[in-house]
Amino acid sequence: MQRIGVFVCHCGTNIAATVDVKAVAEAMKNEPGVVFSVDYQYMCSEAGQNLIQDTIKEQKLTGVVVCSCSPRMHEATFRKAAAKAGINSYMVEIANIREQCSWIHKDIMTATEKAIILARTAVAKVQLNAPLTPGESPVTKRALVIGGGIAGIQTALDIAEAGFDVDIVEKQPTIGGKMTQIDKTFPTLDCAACILTPKMVDCAQNEKIHIYAYSEVESVSGFVGNFTVKIKKKARYVDTTKCTGCGICTEKCPKKSVPNEFNLGMDNRRAIYIPFAQAVPKVATIDADNCNMLKNGKCGVCAKVCTAGAIDYKQQDEIIEEQYGAIVAATGYNPISLEKYDEFAYSQSKDVVTSLEFERLTNAAGPTSGQLLRPSDGKHPHTIVFVQCVGSRDTSGCGKEYCSKICCMYTAKHAMLTREKYPDTDVYVFYIDVRTPGKLFDEFYRRAVEQYGVHYIKGMVGKVAPRADGKLLVQASDLIANEQLHIEADMVVLAAAIEPDKSARSIATMLTASMDTNDFFTEAHPKLRPVESPTAGVFLSGVCQGPKDIPETVSQASAAAAKVIGLLSKDKLTCNPCVAHSDELMCNGCSACEKVCPYGAITYSDKEFRQPDRTVAIRRVASVNEAVCQGCGACTVACPSGAMDLKGFSNKQIMAEVDAICK
Amino acid sequence: MQVNENNFRPKIVAFCCNWCSYAGADLAGTNRLNYPADVKIIRVPCSCRVNPMFILRAFQRGADGVIMCGCHPGDCHYTSGNYFARRRMTLLFSMLDYMGIERERTRVEWVSAAEGAKFAATMNEFVETVTALGENKRLEDLRCKSKQ
Repeated sequence: MQRIGVFVCHCGTNIAATVDVKAVAEAMKNEPGVVFSVDYQYMCSEAGQNLIQDTIKEQKLTGVVVCSCSPRMHEATFRKAAAKAGINSYMVEIANIREQCSWIHKDIMTATEKAIILARTAVAKVQLNAPLTPGESPVTKRALVIGGGIAGIQTALDIAEAGFDVDIVEKQPTIGGKMTQIDKTFPTLDCAACILTPKMVDCAQNEKIHIYAYSEVESVSGFVGNFTVKIKKKARYVDTTKCTGCGICTEKCPKKSVPNEFNLGMDNRRAIYIPFAQAVPKVATIDADNCNMLKNGKCGVCAKVCTAGAIDYKQQDEIIEEQYGAIVAATGYNPISLEKYDEFAYSQSKDVVTSLEFERLTNAAGPTSGQLLRPSDGKHPHTIVFVQCVGSRDTSGCGKEYCSKICCMYTAKHAMLTREKYPDTDVYVFYIDVRTPGKLFDEFYRRAVEQYGVHYIKGMVGKVAPRADGKLLVQASDLIANEQLHIEADMVVLAAAIEPDKSARSIATMLTASMDTNDFFTEAHPKLRPVESPTAGVFLSGVCQGPKDIPETVSQASAAAAKVIGLLSKDKLTCNPCVAHSDELMCNGCSACEKVCPYGAITYSDKEFRQPDRTVAIRRVASVNEAVCQGCGACTVACPSGAMDLKGFSNKQIMAEVDAICK
Repeated sequence: MQVNENNFRPKIVAFCCNWCSYAGADLAGTNRLNYPADVKIIRVPCSCRVNPMFILRAFQRGADGVIMCGCHPGDCHYTSGNYFARRRMTLLFSMLDYMGIERERTRVEWVSAAEGAKFAATMNEFVETVTALGENKRLEDLRCKSKQ
């Protein structure tokens, strides 16, 4: 018989305000096996933990029930406390009377009644708990970073700095991500390329870092410390070991009219191309969909002009398998598609551009060599209207409900830089709110208004109508002056909302990492574990977790790297001891469990068993590899003979919980 | 909500997977979203840990409704557990239906860790449905009935 102690936490007034904690503690005294029951202000405090430890010793407790917050919050705390007092840490059960009781009910009677039932359920479970010892598993000292933007680059550099090997997988032909397309960065107006490209070069030169550019993650298996990842190196049709990046092929290729992704389709590139001058790795890539040689076997100019002999039209996709101890998701973002926002005439006029396109139009490496010219006629625009929150903070269902966070600041930057370079240009910014929390952010915005004379108007643009003479008629409301405005603009710039990259969803599925309804990765705890995924060994870096600007992305990237380094510096990890266990005497060797196991943790072997008549029979029975089993319990239900059970969540324990609830 | 004369409150057992739905239930709590106290949650590692036996046991012991929540299809922490769970429950529920346990007394719902509001809404709806159906007498084992 267990000797169980029940500890009921007030959690200040969080629990005590709606649950009569004294009544719960009193009611528990009558439960079978309970020898001690008490309530206390804060069980998780040092004094509270001491109370638990002292009682374990004084009362010779064998099991502990803590009625407190969610086990997701403090289960580990109380398990540690119990272990310190000398009992097995898995002899502790938590009754969640805060998140699942006091916080959702208002009536004290009902909440107390429910809390008593929840406590009783935990007591019933702990009656059947058995001591468990966690096993150990080795750690592969190599990390994988998925995504080679500034987030992935910073994470990789920091991990490599600590002395661990790290691989970057980037689906584009070069690392660098969105930051390569940006001209200047707020609020300091540093040139993005000047601060990014040295980091890209560092990555390429660091011997601890291996870059798989133009590659994608195909599959992920395994678990924390021991992931096996298949990476698909897409065929570039160029031998990267031979290509010197001289660029002759990209000049001679006769196929000239392929839209250039780097400049968002505002100019053209060839079928063989290097995305931009500072690309890393700086090697050419053949775009198979547009190459005449690959499509119909007629051309071969690039192979003729390549002095290094790097062109290989027969190259195939290659699958590489690697082992990793930790994986960082840094999959980044994209601006949303604007097809649902046709009132802004994005599809009707070339002079209506997104902010990222505007960024390219002002960049010296962009399609206009940094001259701000209208895409339609190449003339200098004299009136520019910026529209904020296009698709952000939109509850209509067309766009995103969240704030994209970066638009207020980059629009202030665009407006300021336009006024600085072209003082004869009138700049209007239509906004819902201007949000500038951040170091030197508000000062920057005020400079745009006060020093550069940008017209900030609170109100939304209702319609942009392209006119025959090339002007764009902008109809908008000024909410402060309470009047309708009609502005004849030469260009309209839309601050499109940002959304997670489309590939993030499939990567999350491969990593079994959870996502929110907007497809941003979920963090293990929104405040206290912001760079970890709830899935052990998976970490989050950059916008894939939520909208953020470059400084925040870099901070998060370094934070994720610190977490990875912490994990990789361990030689062994303790495994979850709540794993499946097969009772060999009951197992009939049917293989049902083996078929449902997602981890291949179950194997069969022939074993000798003494029969009642003293003969020896050989039977085929299942056994579980505890280092591989993750404890999902699929096998326990598949097992027809009831031989398979899950430690810590055994059939008997769950049945006892059901009984206690239904009593 | 329909409450019959003797103020019937249903007994509802909710099985929630540790990774998505249990966290979703916690989030409902953190956001102070109300749902009836009739729902009691049992934490399981994965929805695929829910043995049909547990559900039969619940009905036998006098539960009026059983709901199982797991990660959305494709998002299972253990890759495929919720697919197994879905298949098992489809079979079990149709069998229970055949045995006279109304289809509305059982439910499977996918609730992610970010869907506290969905969790609360689902529970409100389920409790309302089960309350309208009234007491479950079909499978209840009277020997298990509490003495009160």
